[in-house]
Amino acid sequence: MAVAALGSAPRVKVAPWNDPVIRGWVFQIVVVGLVAALAWYLVSNTIDNLNRQKIASGFDYLGREAGFEIGDTMIDYSPASTYARAIWVGILNTLRVAVLGIILSTILGTLLGVGRLSPNWLLNKICAWYVEAFRNVPLLLWLFLFYKLISEAFPGPRQAISALWSSVFLSNRGLYFPVPMADPIHKWMGVALLVGIAGAVVLHRWAKKRQEATGQPFPSISSGFGVAIGLPLLVWLAAGAPSAMSWPELKGFNFEGGTVIQPEFTALLVGLVLYTSAFIAEIVRSGILALHKGQSEAAAALGLSRGQSMRLVLLPQALRVIVPPMTSQYLNITKNSSLAIAIGYPDLVASINVTINQTGQAIENILLIMAAYLSVSLSISAFMNWYNKRIALTER
Amino acid sequence: MSDDALPGGERRQLAPPIDESGALGWMRKNLFSSWGNGITTVVLIVAVGWILSGFLDWAVFTANFTAASGTECRGGGACWALIREKWRYIFFGSFPYEQHWRPFFAVIAMLAMLITSADRRMWNWRLLVIWGVGSVITFLLMFGQIHIPLSLVLFIALAVGGVGLSLRKAIADTGEMNAYRVLAAIGFVGLALRIAGVLPAWSLAIAPLSYVETSLWGGIPVTIILATYGLAFAFPYGVLLALGRRSNLPLIKGLCVGFIELIRGVPLISLLIMASVMLPLFLPSGTTIDKFLRAQVAVVLFAGAYIAEVIRGGLQSLPKGQFEAADAMGLNYLQKTLLIILPQAIRVVIPPLINTFIGFFKDTSLVLIIGIFDFLNTANQALVDPNWAGFPAEVYLFAAFIYFIFCYSMSRYSKYLEVELNKGTRR
Repeated sequence: MAVAALGSAPRVKVAPWNDPVIRGWVFQIVVVGLVAALAWYLVSNTIDNLNRQKIASGFDYLGREAGFEIGDTMIDYSPASTYARAIWVGILNTLRVAVLGIILSTILGTLLGVGRLSPNWLLNKICAWYVEAFRNVPLLLWLFLFYKLISEAFPGPRQAISALWSSVFLSNRGLYFPVPMADPIHKWMGVALLVGIAGAVVLHRWAKKRQEATGQPFPSISSGFGVAIGLPLLVWLAAGAPSAMSWPELKGFNFEGGTVIQPEFTALLVGLVLYTSAFIAEIVRSGILALHKGQSEAAAALGLSRGQSMRLVLLPQALRVIVPPMTSQYLNITKNSSLAIAIGYPDLVASINVTINQTGQAIENILLIMAAYLSVSLSISAFMNWYNKRIALTER
Repeated sequence: MSDDALPGGERRQLAPPIDESGALGWMRKNLFSSWGNGITTVVLIVAVGWILSGFLDWAVFTANFTAASGTECRGGGACWALIREKWRYIFFGSFPYEQHWRPFFAVIAMLAMLITSADRRMWNWRLLVIWGVGSVITFLLMFGQIHIPLSLVLFIALAVGGVGLSLRKAIADTGEMNAYRVLAAIGFVGLALRIAGVLPAWSLAIAPLSYVETSLWGGIPVTIILATYGLAFAFPYGVLLALGRRSNLPLIKGLCVGFIELIRGVPLISLLIMASVMLPLFLPSGTTIDKFLRAQVAVVLFAGAYIAEVIRGGLQSLPKGQFEAADAMGLNYLQKTLLIILPQAIRVVIPPLINTFIGFFKDTSLVLIIGIFDFLNTANQALVDPNWAGFPAEVYLFAAFIYFIFCYSMSRYSKYLEVELNKGTRR
C-alpha cells in the first residue's frame, strides 16, 4: 500500500470486497437506496392519503380569497385579499420584528456586555444577574408574561394613560400616538434621507482619510448625523412645512386616528430583545476578554479614557471574535420570532397556520415556511460572512 | 517628573496609596474609584432600591398567601395563594389526582438518573445500566404498564451481536466472539421469522399499575421527558450525522449536510407543526401515532442537527495523526471511531453539549403550540380558572423560578466541567 501511495509501483491487487473505494461506493449506494425507499414509501402514502381525503395539491390556492382578518398589517390587506397576500403580510411582519429585534438587542447586548466588565462592582453584578435571569428561562415564558402584563395590567381604552397633553395614549389596546397626515412631500423626504445617509458615509470616509494623512480629527459622526437628518428637514421646510397631524381620539370602545403599536408586537419585540441581549452580552464579554491584556494597558498608556479605549481599541478588535457567534444569534432572533403565534402576533407561521387549517394543504404550506425561513437565514449568513471578511485581520 | 523635584534637591512626598483593605477600602476601590463611578453607584443604588422595594412590597409584604379564592386576593399584592391552590396541577397536569405520587417518583427517578450521570466516575458501561434502569422505572411509573415486544428483544440481540463482532474483532478471545455470533444469529433468525409471520407478536407485559395514557400526562415530568429522551435519542443520531458530514463519501456527506442545514435553517415551531399535521399524512391511512410521540420525534430530529454541529466541532479539533495512527494500527472503521476518535472528540465538546441541552430544555416549552401539556402549558392552564383569573405574573414568575433552578444548575455544572476537564492542559 505504501508503495502504491508513492505512485511508482502498480496498485496492489486486493479482493473487491476489501477494496476501500468499492466498499465506499457500495455503502453509499445502499444508504442512498434506503433513504430513497423511505422517501418513496412516505410520498406514496401521502399521495394515497391526499386522494382518500380529497385534498387538492399544487399552489393554486395562493390566488384564492383568504377570508381571514389580520390584526397588524404593514401593507393594505383585507379578508378579500388572496392567500398569497396574507402570507406576504406575514413575511413582512416577521421581517419587521426580526430587523428591529436584531438592532435593539445588539445595542442592549453590547451595553450589558461592556457593563459586565465595568470596574464598578454594582453595575457588574446587575448586568451579570440580568444575563443569568434572562438566559435561564424559556423565551416563550417571557413572551407570555409580557403579553399578559400588557393586556391585563394596563387599563382599557376608556381609562387609558395619556401623556404629552393627551396626544399619546397607553392602554391594553397598545400605544397610540399621532402621526403626520400623508403628504406627497414625505416621499421626497425619504429620498433626501437616503441622499443624506450616502453623504454622511462619504463624509466619514473623507474624514478618516484626512485623519490618516494629516492626523487632524474631524467630528464625522455628529456632522454625519447632522447631514442625514438635516437634509430631509430642509426639504420639509422648503415644501412649506406641512404639519397636519392625525391625532388619536377615543371613539366608542377604541381609539381612532393616529397610529398604534399593538400589544402583541410590543410583547414579542420586548421579549425577543431582552432574551437575546442576554446571549449577546455574553458573546461581547467573551470577545473582549479574549483580547490580550496588553491591548487595554497600551490604550491606557497612550492616555485614552476608558470609553475611548473601548470604542477605538478594544471593540474593533473584539469584533473579529464576536461576529461569527453573533451571526447565529441573529439567525436565532429570526427563527424565534415564530413564537409570535403563541401570543397572536400575525407573523409568517401564524398566517400559514391559518392557511393550513382552511385549505388542508399542509405540504405546500410547510414547504413555503421552509423556503421563506431558509432564504432569510441564508441572506443573513451571507451578509454576516461578507462583513466578517471585511473586518478580518489583514495580515501582511 | 520635574513636578516631583523641588529646589534644593528635595523630592515631594507622594501621598500614601489609598487603603484598599477592609469594608471601606473595598467600597472605595469597587464602587467609588472615580467621580463617574461614584455617580453610577449612587444612581444604581437608588434605582435598584426603588425597584426592589416595590417588588418586595408586592411579592412579600402585601402578598396574600392564604386566600381561598381569587376575589379574596384582589386589591392587595401578589396572590401566592393561587400557587398554593394550583401547584399540584402545575407540576403534574391532568394525571389522575390520587396517582400523583407516580409522576412525582418518575421525576425523582429521572433527576437521580441525570445527577448520577453527571458524575465523571460513571462515564463508562455504568452509564448504560443507569439509563436502562432509570428509564424502565420512569416509564413504568408514568404509563403504569409497559409491554416489551419480542421483536425489540430480538433487535437488541442482533445489534449487540453485530456491533460486538465488529468492535471486538482481533481484540476479544474466541469464546467472546462466539457469543456475539450466537447473539447475532438468534436476533437475525428470530427477526426474519417474525417478519415472515412464523413467530407471533409475543410481548412481555409488566403491569403493576393502572394504565395512564400520554394525553393525561402533564407538567414537569413531560418537560423533563421531552428534553432528556430528546437528547438521549438525538445524541447517537447526531453523532452519525456529524460522522457523515466529515466522511469522504460524497453522497453520504451531501445527505448529511443537506439535512443538518435544512433543520437548522427553520424554526422548531415549523417542525412541530409539520410533525402534528404532516406525520399522519406520511403514514398508511389508519395508523395513528400518539401526539406525545410526534412531538418527541420532532424534538429528536431538531436536536440531532444541532448536536451534530457540536460534535463536528469536537471531531475537527482532533489532530489528523489520531485518525492515521488508528488506521496504521489496522483498526476497522467501527473500532477507530468508537475506541479512538469519539472518546476524544466528545470529551472536548461536553460543556457545549450541556449548553445545547439547556437550550432544548427551554425549547421543549414550544410543544404547547401543538397542544402538549408541558410545564409552561400547565402553568398557562392554571390561569384559565375563572375563580383565579387575573394573576398571570404570580404563575409565570413561579414557573420562571422553576425553569431557572434547572437551567442555572446545569450551566454551573457545565462551567465546573469545563475547568475540570481542562485541568490536564491548563497552564
